[in-house]
Amino acid sequence: MSTPVAPAPRHDPETVLDVRGLVTSFPGPNHRLAVVDGVDLTLARGETLALVGESGCGKSLTALSILRLVPKPGRIDRGTVRLGARDLRALPVTELRRVRGHEISMIFQEPMTSLNPVVTAGKQVVEAIRLHERVSSTQARRRALTLFEQVGIPDPASRLNAYPHQLSGGMKQRVMIAMALAARPSVLIADEPTTALDVTIQGQILDLLRELRDQLGTAILLITHDLGIVNELADRIAVMYAGHLVEVGTRRDILAAPRHPYTQGLLRSIPARAQRGERLAEIAGVVPPPGQWPTGCRFAPRCTRAFEPCTRLDPGPTRLSANHTAWCHAVAQEEGSSPVGGVPA
Amino acid sequence: MEPYLLSNAVVVVLVGGLAAALASARRSRVWRDAGRELVRRRPIVLAVLLAYVAIGLLDSLAWVSGSSAGTTQGADTVSIHKPRSAIDRLFPDERYREKSYSAPLADREFLGGAPLRHPGRHLLGTDLLGRDVLYQTLKGARVALLVGGFTTLIVIPLALLFGVVAGYFGGRVDDVIFFLISTLASMPSLLLLIALIMVLGRGPVQVCVALGITGWVGFARVVRGETLKLRELDYVHAARALGASDARIVLRHIVPNLMHLVVITFVLTFSGFVLAEAVLSWLGIGIDGSWGRMIDQARDELSRDPIIWWNLVSASVALFGLILAVNLLGDAVRDILDPRTLRERA
Repeated sequence: MSTPVAPAPRHDPETVLDVRGLVTSFPGPNHRLAVVDGVDLTLARGETLALVGESGCGKSLTALSILRLVPKPGRIDRGTVRLGARDLRALPVTELRRVRGHEISMIFQEPMTSLNPVVTAGKQVVEAIRLHERVSSTQARRRALTLFEQVGIPDPASRLNAYPHQLSGGMKQRVMIAMALAARPSVLIADEPTTALDVTIQGQILDLLRELRDQLGTAILLITHDLGIVNELADRIAVMYAGHLVEVGTRRDILAAPRHPYTQGLLRSIPARAQRGERLAEIAGVVPPPGQWPTGCRFAPRCTRAFEPCTRLDPGPTRLSANHTAWCHAVAQEEGSSPVGGVPA
Repeated sequence: MEPYLLSNAVVVVLVGGLAAALASARRSRVWRDAGRELVRRRPIVLAVLLAYVAIGLLDSLAWVSGSSAGTTQGADTVSIHKPRSAIDRLFPDERYREKSYSAPLADREFLGGAPLRHPGRHLLGTDLLGRDVLYQTLKGARVALLVGGFTTLIVIPLALLFGVVAGYFGGRVDDVIFFLISTLASMPSLLLLIALIMVLGRGPVQVCVALGITGWVGFARVVRGETLKLRELDYVHAARALGASDARIVLRHIVPNLMHLVVITFVLTFSGFVLAEAVLSWLGIGIDGSWGRMIDQARDELSRDPIIWWNLVSASVALFGLILAVNLLGDAVRDILDPRTLRERA
């Protein structure tokens, strides 16, 4: 049912986050449905990995699973999430709380609702600082002011006392970023950080994230369905479809030479790439909901290149280069390796 | 300690607490703006309520004055050593006490027509025992405020505690608390009230406690529902992702965002409890000196011809005025604190 867990990678001191064989499930009508089904991700210091896929493919849930914030009745069934030297899945809750926000943080899609409406922006940042460091409130306030400057909030001193409703969406997202980076975490998970913002503001926030990443060496796991953003920020890209990874590679690999038919379809369907007068490309069909995933390759019913083993066998990984891997029978065949790389579904 | 000193202390603590709460609310812009808006929209209602509160407070602080003990002769010497409030001192027995009923501003007794001791002095007449009705009506304010305010102070912490815990933690905890809520809600509240008063006794505090025990379930339900909504909001998730504990999330992110409900509920349940006490008085188990009790006593006199209407009307008008003012205030508070209108004004 899941792809085989890849062999443990050689220990790399630069690796800050290492997710192996992550399975997160929700109860279905008959049995539990694995909505995230055997995902492997690694993130090096200062690196940005974009996790890309259509709505409902499990990318946000992957992020929540890393932080162990899966909403009930969901549950993480299998896998390891190593942050530095520790396995987050094995950590007791009190320890985990110390890690969240301190070593790994998250910002959310909706800046409009991500701040507490009855507490001033400055106080919320101060609290984020004091959650993890024993500093006086005046010291924390000074730090908050510096953070506000760092995330490019104009007139930071007066903005400290502003309530969220007095700030624009972009400002609020900057405050969120300030909160998330208050304790200088080594990993920042950004779940669609710009989706709810105007295009002009989107660019500013992306610039800010890039700047902070380079300054602080924070690794970013960027979750998005917007390939434009991916092109701006990502070093590596992981494409997800129906709970599985389908292709992982560097930005160049994925954007310039995608191999998986799904990745190819996604790139073709970017409207900006279409010629005038030409019909916009699309991938026929829709992502099947969990529970209606077909046996074999989950993309097979929508795939133009599907052939015999696709509907029968789960495709295994085909390594195309050191960093580039695709999970596809057709790719495996092209590469001349055994067309059956996986296990019977 | 003398009981009247204790009750004085309670009043001072309550007024101090209220002042502190208002002072801390003034520091938040949201509340300060809401307060200003309230004054702008409902000046008359606020003035009426302040008058009720002032009368209640004047009647709440009592003291024994040594000098009056020696100078007063005749009358009833027992009452002289009792602690008396400012209202009591405005209506001393020796200047206001009659033998029986008299109509407002009358100079003769209603029954028999004997001349009054203090003709023309009783603005609202006197009752069966010759007590001034205006005096009794004014004294009723304290009882009404006590019933409304004290009961609400019992209800809100109970409802917040159970509602937030049930809504936030869910699962088994929610099942148990919701079972408790449903059980209490399924019993006829009047029967439960009567039973509780039988068990607890009939003092004012006991009646408030009984009203509180039966009255918290409705608000607890509202709080639970709102908590269910709040705990799924992004800022709660964000707080958790940044490493905040459950206790911190509840105290910092859930409860402050319920405060507008608390204020609205405080105002709206207040009048409900005052009315509930009036019903209890009508059943004969209310608090002595309440408007409900006055109405209950006046009820028997309605069949006389000519009718004795002044005690009934005085108590009813006083009760009606308070309830109407509180309800109008409640509507205004709800309008002002409604998040939708809040955003428009922002």
